[in-house]
Amino acid sequence: MEKKSFSEKLKEGRFVITSEIGPPKGTNIEPHLKEADHIKEKVDAFNVTDLQSSVMRLGSLATCRLLVENGFEPIFQITCRDRNRLALQSDLLSASVLGIKNILCLTGDHTTLGDHPDAKPVFDLDAVSLLKVATDLMNGKDMKGNELDGKPEFFLGAVVSPGYDPVELQIIKMEKKIEAGARFFQTQAVYDLKIFEKFMQKIQKYNIPILGGIVLLKTAGMAKYMNEKVAGVSVPDKYIKMMADAKKEERPKVSIKIASELIKGMRGLCQGIHIMPLGWERYVPQVLEESGL
Amino acid sequence: MLITKLKNQQELDRYFEKELFVFKCFGCKEVYFPEEEIGKLIIAKQSEVSGIAEVDYLCNDDFSKRYIEKNMNEIKKARGIVVFSCGVGVQVIAKLLEDKTVFPGCDTHYLNGFQGLTVLDCDCNQCGECYLNYTGGICPITSCSKSLLNGPCGGAKNKKCEVNPEMDCGWVLIYERLKKINKESILKDKNTLVRDFEKIIKGI
Repeated sequence: MEKKSFSEKLKEGRFVITSEIGPPKGTNIEPHLKEADHIKEKVDAFNVTDLQSSVMRLGSLATCRLLVENGFEPIFQITCRDRNRLALQSDLLSASVLGIKNILCLTGDHTTLGDHPDAKPVFDLDAVSLLKVATDLMNGKDMKGNELDGKPEFFLGAVVSPGYDPVELQIIKMEKKIEAGARFFQTQAVYDLKIFEKFMQKIQKYNIPILGGIVLLKTAGMAKYMNEKVAGVSVPDKYIKMMADAKKEERPKVSIKIASELIKGMRGLCQGIHIMPLGWERYVPQVLEESGL
Repeated sequence: MLITKLKNQQELDRYFEKELFVFKCFGCKEVYFPEEEIGKLIIAKQSEVSGIAEVDYLCNDDFSKRYIEKNMNEIKKARGIVVFSCGVGVQVIAKLLEDKTVFPGCDTHYLNGFQGLTVLDCDCNQCGECYLNYTGGICPITSCSKSLLNGPCGGAKNKKCEVNPEMDCGWVLIYERLKKINKESILKDKNTLVRDFEKIIKGI
């Protein structure tokens, strides 16, 4: 039987699991492919981040192609931070000929947050206009209306942040992303199921697949740091306490317990999860097992 | 230097409705204002205009406060305000009249040479396609670190910009301002916007 694609699974209404690979700073990609291989059977598609946190690294497009060659299904994350509209359109066409269909369109972190803060930030387009341009390409036209010789086929996605304040502003933008062509959404890390549930009620009317974000907590310090610095994330005190009370060797176990509690809570609310293991790929199978997936 | 050009007729027609108060700024020597065209437009739209203030240096908010005080009765009655000035003047008036819808009557274009003197905390990039009518009189190009046109990025924490926690997120300001005047639907209505950099590179 032929293996179903990520988009087919979503269309069938199946509960899907995505994870992510952050390419290395350098050419040593092998360990990352090996880690992905551990969880290959459980995961429906792998996001590949595009110079995450504005740190210069191996590219997302090349890594996505390596995933295709190794039998994984990639989701190409493409941001507007480093490319103008010519380069963005060209990279989308490149993705298509390299067998990459799933595209996650993002605005991108600002250059000043990364390891080249003196770089020129581009932001010629943003997540909404990039989705629109990708849709235009699928219709055989570039963004100026010029005909393409061969048109790409994409499955377009975008991100949304359920914990953003004011959330109505996120939802307005989400609506624009849907109009521009987004067919699925992945969310920022969720730690508060009540906030997530409220958010899901507000966006129910759009009837679009949402994959709830899961980031494995490593320490109480990490949770506090995220609460202070990371947009749209607030880890409740009870989880911070659970992590703080755990001995070092017990932390992965506690982290797995928290993640699986969240996933179980999400299962009735949305159509999938997006796990960002941030180096803890080895614990993902256990998280999924404890979540009953 | 800079040049202001009347916005296209279609856009002006959209927001010219009854009881509009008009600010015309003919302030500084560094700016070319389309005085004649503005005059003609106001005559054509006479029945919609409830009051006019002809002023200089709207960009200076001490001056602007005084102009507003002087015309307060008419401004209070007005359903909207149209400002014919560079982008700074529009933003200063929008800031001072928080409960009013403020529209730019002009696009502000870049012209090589000497820049204005009175830019305070509002800034105009002279992009040549003024967005202030969509954004409650707060400029998305100068108040957002990424100059985003279609809404905020996800980076703001506690309504502050990811680039500088001292700086308010421009898009949160835009949203809150539009909400105050019950116009947040403007953000949903408009199509996907994309900058036209040719306007800056080639000028007019």
